Amino acid sequence: MLFSAAPILGGEANIMVDYEVTETLDVKGQNCPMPVVKTKQATDNLDEGDILEVLATDPGSMSDLGGWAETTDGVELLDQTDGEDVYTHYVRKTE
Amino acid sequence: MSTGTPSPDDETDPSRAELEARVEELEETTADLKAEVGDGQPKMSIIATKGTLDMAYPPLILASTAAAFGYEVTVFHTFWGLDILHEERSKSLKLSSVGNPNMPVPNAVAALPGMDRMTTKMMEKRIADNDTATIEELIDTSLDMGVEFQACQMTIDLMDYDEDDFYDGVTTGVGAATAIQDMADADIQLLV
Repeated sequence: MLFSAAPILGGEANIMVDYEVTETLDVKGQNCPMPVVKTKQATDNLDEGDILEVLATDPGSMSDLGGWAETTDGVELLDQTDGEDVYTHYVRKTE
Repeated sequence: MSTGTPSPDDETDPSRAELEARVEELEETTADLKAEVGDGQPKMSIIATKGTLDMAYPPLILASTAAAFGYEVTVFHTFWGLDILHEERSKSLKLSSVGNPNMPVPNAVAALPGMDRMTTKMMEKRIADNDTATIEELIDTSLDMGVEFQACQMTIDLMDYDEDDFYDGVTTGVGAATAIQDMADADIQLLV
């Protein structure tokens, strides 16, 4: 239902969330530990306040990215959504 | 009421000089402690001793993940664990079909010539099919993230390896004392 408007509007803009995504990291198909490791590397290149969208197919990414964000300074997990095949995570850089 | 200045004839209160000396002493202690604690970055120390395909994964996955968590990670590779850092040998690590009751073949069959090669091929195919990172990818990623890989000097000599045989960025010329020092400083210590 949330996805339904996307094809009508076209383009790649993600309209299902309120977050203003700075960058999107696609780790679809990759497995542990890569989703967490690549997310960390991607956030290193961001500025404070930037939001990273992470697209993953690894079901373990739900727990792993949550644990990583909770334990790691300077990042905050805003949201995680469990789509049909893709798990989407929103990480904000806080410092 | 009180002006906050101790009266000179009050012998129970420490003098200003005494207090200054005490403050100085405390400041020195705090500086020493801060130096000892370091910059507050957590540390992990892993000793990697195994060189089979299955046992090469845990230290590398944990090292790269800990680095993602902000840990300063050192992995000390000794004995067969050294093959993980050996650029050529790391690409052909084997899986043993004997002694693993989870293998689909009985040990008597698993011990036949060529069986290790077959089980290794099966595992490699699974790794590729599942898009699991290869050993080389994990090493490159870990190095990118600042993980320090150490190659035990004694084992290098024992196996007759050359320092140039290892991936760029691998630390050589280190021994058990370095590993002990890392473990003593670390918040997490693992022997794999």
